[in-house]
Amino acid sequence: MACDGSDVPDPAGSAPVAVKILIAGGFGAGKTTLVGALTEIRPLRTEEDLSAPGAFVDLLAGVEGKRTTTVAMDFGRIAIHAGLVVYLFGMPGQQRFWFMWDDLSYGALGAVVLADTRRLSDCFPSIDYFERRDTPFIIALNCFDGARSYAVDEVRRALDIAAHVPIVRCDARERASCRDTLVTLVNHAIAALG
Amino acid sequence: MPHRAGPVVRPYAVVRGRTRPTGEVLDVIAMVQAVPGAVADPADTEPEHLAVLRRCARPACVADLASGLGLPLGVVRILLADLRDRGLISVGQPRQDRLASIRLLREVSDGLRRL
Repeated sequence: MACDGSDVPDPAGSAPVAVKILIAGGFGAGKTTLVGALTEIRPLRTEEDLSAPGAFVDLLAGVEGKRTTTVAMDFGRIAIHAGLVVYLFGMPGQQRFWFMWDDLSYGALGAVVLADTRRLSDCFPSIDYFERRDTPFIIALNCFDGARSYAVDEVRRALDIAAHVPIVRCDARERASCRDTLVTLVNHAIAALG
Repeated sequence: MPHRAGPVVRPYAVVRGRTRPTGEVLDVIAMVQAVPGAVADPADTEPEHLAVLRRCARPACVADLASGLGLPLGVVRILLADLRDRGLISVGQPRQDRLASIRLLREVSDGLRRL
């Protein structure tokens, strides 16, 4: 969950504690907007070996010889203080990037699953994933202009979400709204541990 | 190395075509730090190894290094694994400690609320 550089030999230069929060949800659900509302988005890319176990072999049709694929991720950093840093990772939502999820989610504090009520089913894979892994997560309904406002209970039923999992409304463009969403997630993670 | 125009050399050329690091996989938020006083062997060191080492003079997170150097995560992990194998860096992997976690999460929650 946290990294404190415990085997770093020089205590004077002690490493900050790092925690990881995942921002998940379907393509276009607002992950980039949310990360950008809270912190400067920095470029982070990964090149994945498509011949690795878990890769989707059928995707290689027509690209014979191409062994890696480049994925750009949303990546942000919030320094709580000099000794404590929160890292935000946007999990690429498209199916072809699912092979990266295990790598990104290892040891995560928890996940915000951003949902667009116009396309609720887009976040099913994220919900399934975090449920299976027992990773604490909350649902954040991104309030898009023009989207019908659904009651939280309606969404909970539609997504088949357990009663203890918070569902909040969020405007991914608003810093305060995004901050409150993260606080809700962290408090939910504390409740899950306690 | 530019961020937008794409790398000048194929990133995996700097790690001689390897796509997997040696040993335990480094988490994206693992903290790494150069071992004070350790000296790299020039015969066995690419410029990218040195660039990573320079940024590790103070504790640095794997994802920060990759972002700062404009290199893919996979490449930075391989470079870091090389440096670890040569005793040039130390690694603090994330740990799972429940009670410490609760205290820590409260600190995170309070800190975020103040944003």
